[in-house]
Amino acid sequence: MDQFFRALILSAGYNTALVCIGATILGASAAAIGTFVLLRKRSLVSDAISHSTLPGLAIAFMIQAVVTGDGRFMPVLLIGATLSAVVGLFAVQWITSRTRLHEDAAIGSVLSVFFGLGIVLLTVIQTMNTGKQAGIASYLLGSTAGMLMSEVQTIAVASLIVGVLIFFYRRQFTIVCFDPDYASVSGYDVQRIDLIMMALLLAITVIGLKVAGLILIVALTIIPPVTARLWTDRSAIMVYISALFGGLSAYIGAAISSVDYGLPTGAVIVLVAFSLFILSLLFSPNRGVFAVALRRRRSIAELRALSAAAAAKANAGKAVESGSSYEDRASVNHGTATRQAAEAAS
Amino acid sequence: MVEANSGIGRRAQPKSLFESSASSEGAADFELPEVVNEEEGSPMSVSDLTVTYTDKPVLDSIDFYVPRRSMTAIIGPNGAGKSTLIKAALNIVPKLSGTVTFFGRPYAEVRERVAYVPQRASVDWDFPATALDIVMMGLYRQIGPFKFPKREHKDLAFDALRKVGLRKFSGRQIGQLSGGQQQRVFLARALVQGADLYIMDEPFAGVDAATEAAIVEILKTLNYEGKTVVCVHHDLSTVPQYFNHLLLINGEKIADGPVSTTFTPGNLQATYGGRLGTAQLDEMSAILAASSSR
Repeated sequence: MDQFFRALILSAGYNTALVCIGATILGASAAAIGTFVLLRKRSLVSDAISHSTLPGLAIAFMIQAVVTGDGRFMPVLLIGATLSAVVGLFAVQWITSRTRLHEDAAIGSVLSVFFGLGIVLLTVIQTMNTGKQAGIASYLLGSTAGMLMSEVQTIAVASLIVGVLIFFYRRQFTIVCFDPDYASVSGYDVQRIDLIMMALLLAITVIGLKVAGLILIVALTIIPPVTARLWTDRSAIMVYISALFGGLSAYIGAAISSVDYGLPTGAVIVLVAFSLFILSLLFSPNRGVFAVALRRRRSIAELRALSAAAAAKANAGKAVESGSSYEDRASVNHGTATRQAAEAAS
Repeated sequence: MVEANSGIGRRAQPKSLFESSASSEGAADFELPEVVNEEEGSPMSVSDLTVTYTDKPVLDSIDFYVPRRSMTAIIGPNGAGKSTLIKAALNIVPKLSGTVTFFGRPYAEVRERVAYVPQRASVDWDFPATALDIVMMGLYRQIGPFKFPKREHKDLAFDALRKVGLRKFSGRQIGQLSGGQQQRVFLARALVQGADLYIMDEPFAGVDAATEAAIVEILKTLNYEGKTVVCVHHDLSTVPQYFNHLLLINGEKIADGPVSTTFTPGNLQATYGGRLGTAQLDEMSAILAASSSR
């Protein structure tokens, strides 16, 4: 526990601090691009991308293992991951445009086929007798344990570059997400902007593989934006809140998993992000469960008061028509009393 | 501006745009001007336009032009290709053949002079944006991709919202607006562009009578200021009241021209191919008689 708090305040040693900072930048950038991907209603594409990286990772590992004896050199692994993710993305695109299948079906098929192929290749790697296969498994669920400083620096700098690019393109992304037809009429190249969005998503997915793991990294691009949506009704603000939640989740996740080397970083990050989501779902002032329940109760009370007042009025009217002075007075009194009660209630 | 002197005297002065609100009177406050029927420099000129989605053409070699300063309606049954015509003209859907020019130039060169108002149902209104955010989208090009909006841009957007009577709703999330208000947000986004041609896809679909009157009033004021308006329109009974030029299509062009000579039972019958009952045609004749005697 003590170690965890020290990690949180960045005083658990230089390396842990650097890992936490790198993870934070990664989480913020992933959440920021995730916001636009969510608004474009293509969140699952992110899952297809991450699972498609596995065959590329495995093949890159094998080639390196054979050539140099150590398959774990990260830049080469990431190049392999990128290439196979691009192939996966094109497969999704091709199936969607050339067949009658919708994107969700295309994503499901591509994701499972690529992941299956990757798992088979991983099994092959386990039987190889060179290459230090232990390293490759960490890409599945993410691990900050034993990360090289050069790897942390690569992740931090690359994430920062992606983040800056997202910032520059935020307005184009927004207009394309809201109304692609209008965007194209206004002179935006919708296809190009979509391509940039997907490229940035792919980049951040590949960069984040080591930290969050390819199975769970999709959570970093989906959960924080969904959480942010609970706090704001404006996309321009949603991006920043999302980045904040994403950064926070990755930061805490990295800190926790640095304590006990057994915990996979990706899983911890997802749980932290989910906790933030639950808290937001309950307590957000606009859309939170409690706020909505409170508003409901209030409006029901108002409606009751209104209808009571209306009933009282109607009663009074009926009594006047009936003509009996005694009943008349009683009803009117009753009506007044009800109305007063209604006013008091409201 | 040849046509300006022909009608300006007898036309009642339109109410200022800034005062316009959802009042139902005023929709027919002032008469439509005479239009100049010359194709040269027409705000929108379509020649030999063919569009297909599958094997069957949706639009088959359409030829027509929108006269300058006209209020033009595009009329036809469901599936006649009305929206497709607009979308193909604006390069949203690909053309199989044909050319479309705006003010005598290709669209890409005169984008700023053309404002497009899509169908309200074409977007997700749960999108996290306020009315002001949507109107600001009309200024994105002007602001530039990498700069921040300035105070003057916001003022322009607030002005546009005021013109459509939504100034006090500027901070509201668009999903919390009524259908009519959403349509007016789209209109405000077009207004803020300061265009010369307004192309609208069913602006009156699913809005209440008061909103329809308010939108018509804004369109007529725009027209009075010298702008041209093109609407895909559904309600035949309001055609003579709102528009002065007409294109009737059903996959192919049936007729086009001034409403006074084109909006005839014969043309409508040809457009709707027997889908109009005699009762509707009688009603149409009554409307025509009323509008010509006015």
